[in-house]
This record gives sequence, structure tokens and C-alpha cells, in this order.
Amino acid sequence: MNLRRLLAISRKEVIQVLRDTRSLLIVLLMPLMLMSVLGYGVNLDTKHIRVFALDEEGSQASQDLLRRFQSSEYFDLVAIVTDYRALATALDDGRCQLAIVIPYDFSARLHDGRPVNIQALVDGSDNNTAELAIGYAQGVIASYGAVVQAEYLRKSHAPSVNPVLSVEPRTWFNEDLESKNFIVPGVAAIVMAVVGVLLTSLTVAREWERGTMEQLISTPVTSLEIIIGKLLPYFALGMFDTAACAAIAVLWFQVPFRGSLIALSAGSGIYLIAILGLGFWISVATKQQLAASQIGLVTAFLPSFLLSGFTFPIDQMPAGVQPFTYFIAARYYIVILKSVFLRGIGVSFLAGPLIALVIYASVMVLLAKLSFRKSLA
Amino acid sequence: MTASNGYSVEVEKLVKRFGDFTAVDRISFQTRSGEVFGFLGPNGSGKSTTIRILCGLLHPTSGRAIVAGYDVVESPELIRRNIGYMSQKFSLYADLTVFENLRFYAGMYGVPAAELRGRIDWALEMAGLRGRESSLTGTLAGGWKQRLALGCAVLHRPPILFLDEPTSGVDPLSRRLFWELIQQMSSEGVTIFVTTHYMDEAEYCNRLALMNGGKLIALGTPTELKLGSIQGSLLLLECDRLGDAIERVRRLDNVRDVAVFGNALHLVVSDAAIAPTIRAALESYGILVTGLRVIRPSLEDAFVALTTRHGADDASELSP
Repeated sequence: MNLRRLLAISRKEVIQVLRDTRSLLIVLLMPLMLMSVLGYGVNLDTKHIRVFALDEEGSQASQDLLRRFQSSEYFDLVAIVTDYRALATALDDGRCQLAIVIPYDFSARLHDGRPVNIQALVDGSDNNTAELAIGYAQGVIASYGAVVQAEYLRKSHAPSVNPVLSVEPRTWFNEDLESKNFIVPGVAAIVMAVVGVLLTSLTVAREWERGTMEQLISTPVTSLEIIIGKLLPYFALGMFDTAACAAIAVLWFQVPFRGSLIALSAGSGIYLIAILGLGFWISVATKQQLAASQIGLVTAFLPSFLLSGFTFPIDQMPAGVQPFTYFIAARYYIVILKSVFLRGIGVSFLAGPLIALVIYASVMVLLAKLSFRKSLA
Repeated sequence: MTASNGYSVEVEKLVKRFGDFTAVDRISFQTRSGEVFGFLGPNGSGKSTTIRILCGLLHPTSGRAIVAGYDVVESPELIRRNIGYMSQKFSLYADLTVFENLRFYAGMYGVPAAELRGRIDWALEMAGLRGRESSLTGTLAGGWKQRLALGCAVLHRPPILFLDEPTSGVDPLSRRLFWELIQQMSSEGVTIFVTTHYMDEAEYCNRLALMNGGKLIALGTPTELKLGSIQGSLLLLECDRLGDAIERVRRLDNVRDVAVFGNALHLVVSDAAIAPTIRAALESYGILVTGLRVIRPSLEDAFVALTTRHGADDASELSP
């Protein structure tokens, strides 16, 4: 390997990127764009579920219960209606996602200590929201029930009230359980997948398409010099984008950063090599810009988004899909990102995903090297 | 650089197949240092494929090719140090400036740092691009682009230069300039291997190889090809009613071939002595003959004669 030739290729590549405003815009705007789209757009928290209520009794007790719905941040009590049909139409046209019916004998039954059934109607077309709505509603009603029960027991002069058994959950690493904290650090993996694969796949395919590759491979330059020389500038750009993503995550989205910068840089660097190798390999295999960018999008962007654990936890995916996630580089990088940002652990705890990424990157560079023969056929 | 036997390029029974298609069909030839070796032939006759094999860009299916003393299959990397190549399509970076392209290729060819500036200056001078160093290459006119490509290909002073249709689409003045450069390099001992469509350019070559359908159908100096291609004599016939004249002349004995050249006819005859008979025959049909004389065949005549004869041979081989 000749360092002068390698650097000559890198220098040429830098000049070309700087003159190609499209590539430059992709590099500079992709972190901002994906960060704002995914940081604000992907919100897995369900809050402010719209609620309609039919209060058949209109008593002090029923209003107490409704007030609890109103004060919960998970619900917005939009309206209290007086007949059942209004409730049904509200569900039909989507004005509410949850409808609750408090029966006419609500306070009487409470008073007598008889069980009360509160009907909850939920819009199941979005099953995720529906399940959360039912869960939250049960919580609100149960906590009201506990208060009523305690009151009832106190009034009936029972000898002693057993302390009510309760669970006090405490969440570690993402105390506020905000999906923002879960999503935003992972965006760097998506940004790098897009920028890395797209730009590298274009840079090699472009040379084949324009015929410049034929001239280039007629010189004594070796294939490894071409690969490394071409990838070096994109590595720098990718690391710049990672830094930009991390800065936006911490400074703008206020995501905690608890881990070490070394762990973040090491993980990002290795992941980037894997991604660039993949892009190079695609580019060599297709030799066409259009095909390379489309295959790049399908193999890098979509799996990184859907199968990496970025949006959906891997252990909740169908069993048949789970094995495929091992072939997605972002899977390992997402673990590193989330750990570094939220859990604050260092390199030693991340040995597993780091080694997986090193293997992944080595295989990709090897594939790129093997498929890139200095030959026209 | 030449092999011990004095040949700069040596090709023996070279074959290249793409699937069922035989692009290069058992060709053999040698070139000597300082020779301008022209490759002629219709499109798709295998010229570019041969050049690409010699540059180590394509693997031959069978046969042997030695370039600058190295085998193209065994040591393509050593060959690449000793050749310059200009592909058919313009293949420098259009988004780099003239200077950036030169510096890039100087880097690729490993021109020593101490010589770099001098070689780039030399190439700029040669290509007539002094003062345009910082122009984007894509904005240059065709002739300049070609001379810059030549400059990039010879930055490392290769002993062998492969030029694949270097002057296609270039204006006549630029073509002339380009050939002066080729002649100059040849006089310095560089072997120049060039493909072309232009007959006037073929005349500049020391030797010509004519390819058709992947086969090498003729090899020799331009003069040898011109004389050897025609069996008999070539007559130039100037007359009116050209269409009628062709019909009449074809029916005459001893006239082997008739072809239209401009507003005259070229007749291939077995013996120039039958010219008076032809004149008499045409005049008897009321065709006015204004000129009929023996001429020396041009390369174009030779090219047409050789390719059509070769095509006819092929046909006879195919029929049982």
C-alpha cells in the first residue's frame, strides 16, 4: 500500500464532495432533518387520550371520579354527555378514543360496599393506544376505588385497616420514561446509515458510470488504496454527523449523556466503517448510481430503522424476524448509543456489541475488497 | 522497455469470448519500440477489447499477450507501471480542474515529488493548456480534453502508450496537433498503439492491423496494405448517368468490383489494358465518359476491399 496514492485519492474525493452541493447538503442537513423528524415525530408516549363520559348519576361521587380523569395527564376529558347515543357517535367520528359510562346506581352501590361496574368503550383501531388507554383508565379507577374502600372501612369502624399493598415502581436509566430519551440517541445510527451508505455507494458507482474508473484502474493504484482512499473522507464526514447528532440530542432535546465519550467514539467509528464498507460493496456490485442508492436505502436505511431496536424492541418482534436483526449493524450500535447516553456505562461493559461491530466491519471491508477487482469484466 | 527479443508488445493466438460471442478471435502480432501501430476496423471488430486486454483491464480467454516484457495475466500490475492508456470515452474527472486532474494522475502513477512540478508543466505545455490550469475540465473543448487526457496518460513517461480512438469527435485542427504529439513521442522511442476510424490518420501509422469480426485480416505498412489489397488494377471512371454506368460496367467481363467514390466510380479490373473496352462499351449505351485512368488505391479502397473480401470468405465458410 502506497500512502501517497491513498492520500491522492482522498484529496480528489474531498474536492469532489466540496464541489457537489447535493452531497454536501446531505451531509450537513441529514442530522438536523432526521433529528427533528424523529425526535419530535416519533412519540411512543400516549398522553392526552380524548375521553367522553356518560354520567348517568351525576352525583358527588361520580364527579369525583371524573375529576380524577380530568387531572390525569394521560386523559383529556373532552365532554360529559347525557345519552348513550352521543357517546357512540363520538367514538365513531373519532372525537374521543375512550368513552366511560358511570351507572345510575354508582354512589348507592359504593355506599353499600357492593361491586360497581364502570363501562369503558375504547377505539381499538389503534391497538397500542387502546391498550394503553384501558390500562391507564383501570389505574385511575382502581386508585379511586382504593380511596373509597379505605373510607368505607373507616366509616364502618373496622378494628384496623390492613395497610394496602402497593407497588411503587421506580424506573432506572430513563426515569421519566420518555420515549424521546429512548429515540433520540438512536437517531445517530440512522443518520450514519443513510449518509454513509448513500454517499459511498454513489461515489464508486459514479466512477463506473462516467468511465473514470476505467482510466483509474489502468494505473498502478491498488484496489485497497482505492477503497481506503475513497472511504477516508466519508469517514470524517460520518464522524462529524455523529458529533452533530450527539450535540443536538444533549443540547436541544436535553437527553442525558452519562457515559464516556471514548465509548461513544469507539462505537461510532467501528459502526461507520461497517456502514461505509457496506455502501462500497453495494456500489461495486451494482456499478450504477440509481441502483446503488436504491439498494443502499433498502439495505441500510429501512432495516436500521425497523429491525435494529431503534423503534421497536427486538424481543417483541415476531420470532421469525428476530434472527435477521443480527445482520443489521445498527442493532449493535443502538445498544451502544442507548447505553452510553442513558446508562452511563463504559467500554468494558459494551464488549459484546463492540466485538460484534468489529466482526461486522471486517466482513464488510473484506467483501468490498473481494468484489472490487481491478478489472472491467 | 522491451522484452529481450526486442518486441514491446507481443500477442499470440489471443482469444476473448463474452459468453457465445467471440470478440477477439486468435489474433497474433508484434510491435517494436518507437512504432506507431494502428488498429483499424469497423465498430465491434474487437479493437477496444484487444487494447483492454493489453492494458490488463480484461482477462483473455486464451492465448498469450506480453506487454513491456510482462504477461498480461500474470503481472498486470507491472504492466500498468509501464503503460499509458486513454480509453475511448473521455474519462478524466470533469469536476476537477486541469491542474487537479494532472496532479491526481501524477499521484496515481507515482511520479516522484521532485519531478512532479516539471512533469505537470510539461503536460500543460504539450496540451496547450497553460493559463487554463484552474479551469474545470468539464468546460474544456474536445481537442483540449483529449490533449489533457494524453498528458495525464504520459506523466510517468511510459514506454508504451495505448490510445483507443483518441481523436473521435475532435475538430480537424486539433486532430492534426494530436498526431504531431504522437509522432514526437514515437521519435523518442515510445511505442504507440492507436485505434482510429479516420483513414488519413491511418496513413500516419508505421504499421496497420485491420480487424473485422474479431479476426486480424491484414497486417502491414499502409503501402503494403494498399498494394496487397487489390488484385489487379484500380481504375477511376468519371462519367454522367452514374447509376446506369454501374449497371453496365458490372456486366462486363474482367471487372471484379465497382464502388461509388464521390461523383466517380472506382473499378477493380484484372488488367488495366481493358480500359478502352470499357470506354467503348459505355459510350455505346450513350453514357458520356469524361475520364478513365489508372489510380493508386487509397487506404479506404484497401479497407473496403479487405473487409468485403473477408466478409465473403466468412460466408463461403459457413455454406456447406
